[in-house]
Amino acid sequence: MTFIKTKYNRRSFLKASTAAGGGMLLGFNWLVSCSPTAEQLLQMPEEWFDVNAFLKIGNNGVVTIMSPNPEIGQNVKTSMPMIVAEELDVEWKNVIVEQANYDIKKYERQLAGGSDSIRKGWQSLRMAGATARRMLLEAAAKEWSVPVSELTTEAGVIKHSSGKSAGYGEMASAAVQITVPEEVQLKDPKDFKIIGTPTKNVDGQKISKGEPLFGLDYQSEGMLTAMIVHPPAFGMRLKSVNDSAARAMSGIKDIITIDCLPDGTEKLWSDVNAFPELVAVVGDSTWEVMKAKKALEIEWEVVSEGESTTDYKDALSKLLEGSADEPARKDGNPEEAFKNAAKVIEQTYSAPFLAHNTMEPMNFFADVTKEKAELAGPIQTPEYLSKTVASVLGLPEDKVSIAMTRMGGGFGRRLYGNFGVEAALISQKINAPVKLIYSREDDMTQGTYRPAYEVKYRAALDEENNLIGFQIRGAGVNGSPVFANRFPAGAIDNYMVENFNLESNISTGAWRAPSSNFIAYAEQSFLDEIAEAIGKDPLDFRLELFEKAISNPVGEKNDYDAKRYAGVLKLIKEKAQWGTKKAGVSRGVSAYFCHNSYVAQVVDVVMKDGEPVIQKVWCAVDCGIVINPEGALNQIEGGIIDGIGHAMYSGLTFNKGKSDQNNFNKYRLIRHQEAQMEIESFFVDNGMDPTGLGEPSLPPVAAAVSNAFYAATGKRVTSQPFVENM
Amino acid sequence: MAQYEIKINGKAHQVDVAPDTPILWVLRDHVKLLGTKFGCGIGQCGACTIHVDGVATRSCSLPISSVGESSIITIEGLSENNDHPVQKAWVEHDVPQCGYCQAGQIMNAAAFLDQNPHPSDSEIDKAMNGNICRCGTYVRVKKAIKTAAEQG
Repeated sequence: MTFIKTKYNRRSFLKASTAAGGGMLLGFNWLVSCSPTAEQLLQMPEEWFDVNAFLKIGNNGVVTIMSPNPEIGQNVKTSMPMIVAEELDVEWKNVIVEQANYDIKKYERQLAGGSDSIRKGWQSLRMAGATARRMLLEAAAKEWSVPVSELTTEAGVIKHSSGKSAGYGEMASAAVQITVPEEVQLKDPKDFKIIGTPTKNVDGQKISKGEPLFGLDYQSEGMLTAMIVHPPAFGMRLKSVNDSAARAMSGIKDIITIDCLPDGTEKLWSDVNAFPELVAVVGDSTWEVMKAKKALEIEWEVVSEGESTTDYKDALSKLLEGSADEPARKDGNPEEAFKNAAKVIEQTYSAPFLAHNTMEPMNFFADVTKEKAELAGPIQTPEYLSKTVASVLGLPEDKVSIAMTRMGGGFGRRLYGNFGVEAALISQKINAPVKLIYSREDDMTQGTYRPAYEVKYRAALDEENNLIGFQIRGAGVNGSPVFANRFPAGAIDNYMVENFNLESNISTGAWRAPSSNFIAYAEQSFLDEIAEAIGKDPLDFRLELFEKAISNPVGEKNDYDAKRYAGVLKLIKEKAQWGTKKAGVSRGVSAYFCHNSYVAQVVDVVMKDGEPVIQKVWCAVDCGIVINPEGALNQIEGGIIDGIGHAMYSGLTFNKGKSDQNNFNKYRLIRHQEAQMEIESFFVDNGMDPTGLGEPSLPPVAAAVSNAFYAATGKRVTSQPFVENM
Repeated sequence: MAQYEIKINGKAHQVDVAPDTPILWVLRDHVKLLGTKFGCGIGQCGACTIHVDGVATRSCSLPISSVGESSIITIEGLSENNDHPVQKAWVEHDVPQCGYCQAGQIMNAAAFLDQNPHPSDSEIDKAMNGNICRCGTYVRVKKAIKTAAEQG
């Protein structure tokens, strides 16, 4: 058992309401915002008691648990409340989940990114449940005049050794009067009942009914619709607008220009938007606004040169020919190792820009008055949006509110909330509530893209085929993808990383598993090339490197646990029966660590009509305690398909700053027919605190595929998308 | 602008819109049925799929002037109590991740199973190829369709 001080995040456990008796009746608005199912409505309590920021208990024992973090499809709206419910010790069927609004006073980290929601929320979610349970116990002890130590709980019922018992609902009004305890006891993980039980998505029924859950579905009285027009290419800005024809069109209310980052705005890391100056068309309905956009006559001007695909590809290659002023990491004497090498292997890998392409295009609702700004919509970083909106509108931050809707995908795009700032500025300028909607074209051509990358690997072998030196040169648009202290750093005596940055006016940002989404492919493909050159089994070769990193690690700053890394490889070796030949099947292996989780994969490929086809993906994951195995499997499967899809088919190219693709007829995404491989996943059961799962299954799979393709065809694919480079 | 009477989920609705207005925006902006989603606007992603006289149709590319007397069914009208075999299978297999494309997936699958109640694997793959799921739930989509076919 773990005792833990409630000082950590204590503000979340203080009563949110000062209503007499601690209880409060919640009105219609709340019911709308969490939209309970019909069955749940039937069991609605007459009164709710706010125990802390994470939960309220009804007088009939029904519990509402707040999901503090944004939901982008990573299923935290199910898994985060499961953790609270576990420590509170209630039955999951008696839980209603409500999405919390952005509230920095109540919650610590309302952000969807870095696969961190569970990892960073683990302690505070457990404590929220445990604190409430303790207060219920103390209330019962007081009422029954017995020591707390004689009380136990089970499935929402407090029990005394005398046989006396009471449901949480009966004790809720007394519990909210109890002083928040200084210390609480957490469950032993072996006693978990909800954590570890496959649990369905809490919004599953609503999604299959088509209920309005998403930002694009948000409605408000008197709300107008707005769309933006941004420059047609990176490097351009607005010069002048002739809107006379558009203004005269049916349903058009106003046409304005806005500047989202006026001079003097303090830019946060989320303010990477390349097109702050925009034209906005506001009208009664979406179609009318879409048509008016086309009637605008806009003049643009060039402020910096628009880049074409060949420009930045050539520039990246050129960077890799030189040496960095200062290596990002250097162990031993790599120069000497390469000088003395009997054989040097070298390979260059590259990948294009990628758009995020969330299925729900960017959008946001804003209602801005002189006094305050009320926003609602899909945002991964409400705190950053709130700060930028306050600064740009000239309002104090506590006058900006943000309701977080369910998001039709994030993948990193909604970390950068320029669309929320745009909605707020439009609302302020036209003095009306407005919902801003991007068309697919607006969305795809105004991105914070996954950068284009190129990386060159070199390996030095001695006469006996020992790996004696390793060198990585990585270059990327707006930053290198190479993590200097990740594997194989620590496993090779003479090791060097050099990073190069190519500045560009094309806006880039985090895209699901940033940098990892590419570098895992390059690194894990190259390890196969080395294994082949030295005549070793590729999986056993990796295990040898980990043995070295475990027994005699090189350097001190190695950002991974070599035992856990080797653990997933050993697990997949056993589960996939690596090493046994199957007729017609070629295999590839890959392993990668990111977001504190370890993943190893084996891909089986068969030849059909002369083409390699992925038949099965085997996946071993060490993410510590698995909160919701059902949701976890879904994330792993999705990450694998996402990783395969983008490696195989996707890419964004440019011509003088303008992307060649602007919709799904030109930008290829993986589709149903291409995603029919079997996926089988296995978890390492080690009882360790949970780590990330929304991203880690994506990075390694491209290399497992390319290694299997190589095994099947004898040809190594060194550039993405594979279909254009095979 | 013109007056239209269209039949949606068994009910007549009067709307006053331009003849080229796609049914998607009639549903979302005028009738306030928000389950049908906007994804691409060019019939490439399937998020806006509805049934027009029982046929799966991309509502983003269907102007109201071409609808006439046709009967339109949206995700809200697929069943009374979320109990169409496809909807039940979707919940059973916990298909969604973000959930945004799923109404379109469900509508496409329901119309397909109406025409082909016992499809082969490759028939399912072909029928569903026009519906993009950016989260990559394709494997579960297929499992759910197979379950729905067995139970429908």
